[in-house]
Parts: sequence; structure tokens; C-alpha cells
Amino acid sequence: MKVSLFVTCLVDQLWTSIGVSSVEVLRRIGCEVEFDRRQTCCAQPAYNTGYLREARQVAQRFISIFEESNAGAIVSPSGSCTAMVRHYPQLFAGDPEWLPRARAVAAKTHELSSFLVHVLEIEDVGASWQGRLTWHDACHGLRDLNLKTEPRTLIRNVRGAEFVELDHADACCGFGGTFSVKYPEISVAILDQKIDAIERAGVDAIVSGDASCLMQIGGRLSRKGSKVQTMHLAELLSHRQ
Amino acid sequence: MNHLSSETFRENAKAALADAQLRGALKNATSLFGERRKVAAASLPNWEELRNQARAIKDEVLSHLDKYLEEFVRAAESRGAKIHWARDAAEANAIICRLAAERNARVIVKSKSMTTEETHLNTALQAAGMQVVETDLGEYIIQLADEPPSHIIAPAIHKTRGQVAELFTAELGMPPTDDIAQLTSTARATLRDRFAAADAGISGVNFAIAETGTIVLVENEGNIRLTTSLPRMHIAVMGIEKVIPRFADLDVFLKLLPRSGTGQRLTTYQSFITGTKRHATGEGPEELHILLLDNGRSRMLSHPVTRQSLACIRCGACLNACPVYQQVGGHAYGSVYPGPIGAVITPQLMGIDKASQLPYASSLCGACREVCPVKIDIPRLLLHLRGEISERKGSASERLAFKIWARVMMSPELYRLSSIAGRLLQRVFPISRAWTSGRDLRLIEPKSFHELWSDE
Repeated sequence: MKVSLFVTCLVDQLWTSIGVSSVEVLRRIGCEVEFDRRQTCCAQPAYNTGYLREARQVAQRFISIFEESNAGAIVSPSGSCTAMVRHYPQLFAGDPEWLPRARAVAAKTHELSSFLVHVLEIEDVGASWQGRLTWHDACHGLRDLNLKTEPRTLIRNVRGAEFVELDHADACCGFGGTFSVKYPEISVAILDQKIDAIERAGVDAIVSGDASCLMQIGGRLSRKGSKVQTMHLAELLSHRQ
Repeated sequence: MNHLSSETFRENAKAALADAQLRGALKNATSLFGERRKVAAASLPNWEELRNQARAIKDEVLSHLDKYLEEFVRAAESRGAKIHWARDAAEANAIICRLAAERNARVIVKSKSMTTEETHLNTALQAAGMQVVETDLGEYIIQLADEPPSHIIAPAIHKTRGQVAELFTAELGMPPTDDIAQLTSTARATLRDRFAAADAGISGVNFAIAETGTIVLVENEGNIRLTTSLPRMHIAVMGIEKVIPRFADLDVFLKLLPRSGTGQRLTTYQSFITGTKRHATGEGPEELHILLLDNGRSRMLSHPVTRQSLACIRCGACLNACPVYQQVGGHAYGSVYPGPIGAVITPQLMGIDKASQLPYASSLCGACREVCPVKIDIPRLLLHLRGEISERKGSASERLAFKIWARVMMSPELYRLSSIAGRLLQRVFPISRAWTSGRDLRLIEPKSFHELWSDE
């Protein structure tokens, strides 16, 4: 299947190996990957901070770009940004021009693990990684897209990886977009619950589906001098030894 | 009195984070409530179906509220209740003070009522020279401490056993002990005496049934039963959204409310009050007054998005589930309604200018929506309020920043240039400083994915 990759602005700017890994995994299982170089952001920062006019402008641009693609699916290594695209119809409620276009693009957009497991029905991508690891459920993937079993299934099929469940894996890491800088003290207090759980799990790596959570968790782990590695699911799945 | 303002949420929260005792108490209580709720919800196989039914009933009521209120009033009046309408808190308090004064009430017992917390009724009654005694144990504790409640169903959740013991020693003169049974029996003995002396009882209302004019109250301590039946006069205070159509609708709500609130399958007491006592030798008060309060509710009702805020049955589950509430507790919100639902209804009740920080006091994780027994989409409501705030009073620099941001995101060329500028300036952005106070910053990559793709 031909897929159009929406890499997200965070990955594009701050964590490019997630994008590179996504391409690698998708090609390995036989997908043709296209990347539209006009893409920027899904509009979530403005949407979540209450700037709806700006959010609509950026969302319209996203829709215009991606509706031109003849790919079978738009795939993104982010539950949060995928959830944002799925919210587009809400953003254009009552708009006869943009609502149907928003719906069409939203219906075609999939988060990576969900695309693999549900659309392609692939649970093993032939990855291998040595070590003990755990999974953090990023909130928007979990609660907006209902992703819970998909990433776990994929992780359990990684050869050499020992998977353990994290205590309160479904608890927020405290990132929350602009929340993390509007209320940094609360954000870090919430984060410390997650860090404690990761330390208790005694793992080599914490894996998640969103670069934003991983930056939040990784930023604290590194501040505390921890050796636990933060890894995106795409990076894990691309790994072969 | 320890009355914090919603407009100083950030400072309130910082102070709360520095209070180790508070955080210990919060952690114990919210995780206990959270676990119990989970087990109780799982005990009903049709939990999701019940949530949908409850929401459908609330939606039906909220779209025909005038009709159901009229039906309720007719039914309650025909059973001997007197109905009072109050537009706002001041009007409500004036009516209640007048009713109490007309009966020469000196001592008034109260059972737990968030609506009277909202109107600050106690202050009004005390100013009118009456003694008001809160009879719910948690409410009694915070009344002695002269503090507002910090949780919708567990008002003294922020206090440890040791703090309550110190308070009882200082205020009730009991010998120092932190034995819970002794503390409770001291409170009980003091309260029994006040019940016996009370001229009037004031309660809230959990549900008001339009079909029969019945008000329904749920509790565990028996103090509501006493408050509503022992004194000669009972005044019940309810928000206008508390009405439900039929007696049969209670089934769903009585399954959801205790399970969501305390994780109980059933509360110890359920009181169904329909009018006054029927004959001289019967039980119950001679007079029943039901006060219907608007106080901003009809404004919430008028908007299709915010209307669902009125579906709330005040179970407190969203507070226990909220990562922000778990860390800072209820007082930081500066409102009698804290937590996620508080961040939604406080700005609507008090005016958005008086609580404009609260809608941002959320990571939008959605845990509140997941546990809400009536499926209120709290994150969506928070986003709606954020939208209103950014339109009306958002900071000029933030507005400008998002205008520039949108311009950049609309143009691949500007996006590329700002990425290069970002690589040079990233360490000095103010946003980076807020981030690096507790976390290391991940730096912008030397080559973006766009560039890597082009290279390939």
C-alpha cells in the first residue's frame, strides 16, 4: 500500500530518528512511502491553547495538502497529532465547504501502531532489541484513539525484548502541550509520579507513541542522571540486531 | 479564613506543591477513591450502557428544563412543599435568612450541600445572628478549621488524621488522641446536642423528581436524615439542573452516583422526601421549603456546548482521576468546585474574568471524561472556555505569538527559516526557561526530517 507520511513538526525538528524509523518500518513491510514536503504542523498547539482561528487556518492547510495525495492512508508516528486530525470535523462543524473535506482526511489518517495492526493486520514487523522495556500510554492515543493493545502486541513480538507493564501506565506524564510551560511546577510534579514508576520497573528503556511525552519523560530522566533510555515505538520497531 | 482566589491559581498551586502533608493526604485519598470506583464500576457489566442512559436522561431534562421544573413544582406544592426561586446567591441567602428569622430560628443544622457552599450561605446566616452547625463530619471539620471544602464529596480530604486530632483538641477541648473512633464519637456527641436544639434544618438535593415532587438525598452518616426530619422546618436548596423526569429514572443514577463517588454499591442512607408530614402525629417537619437556584445555570443552559456542564451529578470522580488535582488539591482552585469539573463550571458561574486560569489547569489527558458517570466531555469544555478566554482577555503577547506561529505553519519557506533561526536561538527562548526549570531541553536537530528526506 502507498502511504503518505505525516511526520509531525516535533519529529521533524526535534526527533528526526522517529521519522526515519517510521519510513524504515513501513518500507520493510512492503509499503511505498511518500512524504509531502509542504507539510508542517497539525494545528494542535493553537487548538489546545484556545486560538481557534489560527488552528482552523493551519488545519485547512493540512487538509488541502493531504487530500491531494492518492495514497491509501496518511500515517503518523503520533497518537496526539492523529487525534488532532480526527478532531478536524469538530473544528469545522457547520461549515459546508470544509466539514466534508475534514471528514475525508480524518478518516484516512492513522496512528502508526493502529495502521500496522488494524489496517495492514501485521503484528510482527521483524524487529529485535535486547533488554527490558516498558510502555507509557500517551493520553490522546489511549483515550481519543483507544490504542491500548496495538502497541503492546507489536512490542511483545520484538525478539529479545523483555516487556513489563508499568504501574499506572495510563496515567498522564504531565506534558499537556502549553500546560507544560504554563504550569511547569505542576507538570513536573505529575511527571515525577511517572518517573518513580519507571524507576520501580527497573527497565532499560521506556517506550511510547508520542515524541512529546518522550521529551517530557526523557528531560526529567536526564536531569536526574538516569540511565533509562527513552524510545519511540517506531525506533524500537525499526531496530534489528 | 483560608479563602484563596481562582485568579492566583498558579501561586496557590505552588504553595500546595510545597506542602508535604497535603500531598500525602491527597495521594492516599485520591488513589483509594480511584481504586474503589474502578472495582465498583467493574461490578456492573452494563456500566457503559448505564452511563449512556444517565446522560440521555440529563440531556432530555436540559433540553426541556422549563417543562420539568414546572412539573416538579406542581407536584411538590400539591404535597405541601413551598417553592422559592432565586436568581442568584444573594437572593437565595436573603430568602433563607428571612424564612429562618420568621420562625425565630437561633440554631440551624445543615447537611452537606455544595449549592449552599456556592452561595456562601453560612456567612449570611451568621451575619443574621444565627448559629449554623455543619453536621456532615467532613464539613464539620472544615467548619471548625474555618476553611472551605477541598473536594466535592470529601470536603476535608486535605486533612490528615493528626491534623483533625489537633483541631478537635483546640476547638472542642478533647484530650489529645488520634484514635479515629474517639474523634468520631466526640464529634457525634457534640452534633447530637445541636440536632436536639435546632430550629431549622438546611440540606442540599441530589435529585428532584418531577413526576412526584420528591427530593432525594444520599449519604452515609445519617446526619441528612436527622437534618431533614428532626427540626420543625426543613429548607432544601437545589440548583435548577437537579430535576429528573420520573421516579424510575432514579434507578440509573443510584447505581452510578455511589459507585463513582465513594466506590460504594449503595450509600448507607437514601432519603426520599415528598412534601411535609401528612398528619400531626406523623414524622418529619411541619414546613418544607424548596429553593430553586439559578446563579448562572440558565446562562450555561443557553449555549449548546456548555449545556452539558449541567449534567454533573457531583460525584467527584473526575477530581480523584485528575493528575492536576492529585498534586495540588482543591483549595488551589480558589472555588468551592475544584478539579476538572470545577475548572469548567467555576468560570461559568463566577464569570470568566474571575477564573481565567482554571481552564488551563489541565493537561487535557482525558482521565476525567473516562470516569465521568454522565459522560461529560470535560476536555472539550475546557477547550471551549480557553477559546472564549483567548478571544476576550488572552495576553497580547500570546495572541501575537500564535498569529506568527500560524503564519509560519502556513508557509513551508517560513517554516524552514524559523527552524534555522530556532537552532540558533533555542537556548534563550522564555519558553525554554519554563521548561528547563525541571527538565533537560531536547535541542533542535542539526538537520530536520525535511532535509534528511531531500538528501535521500
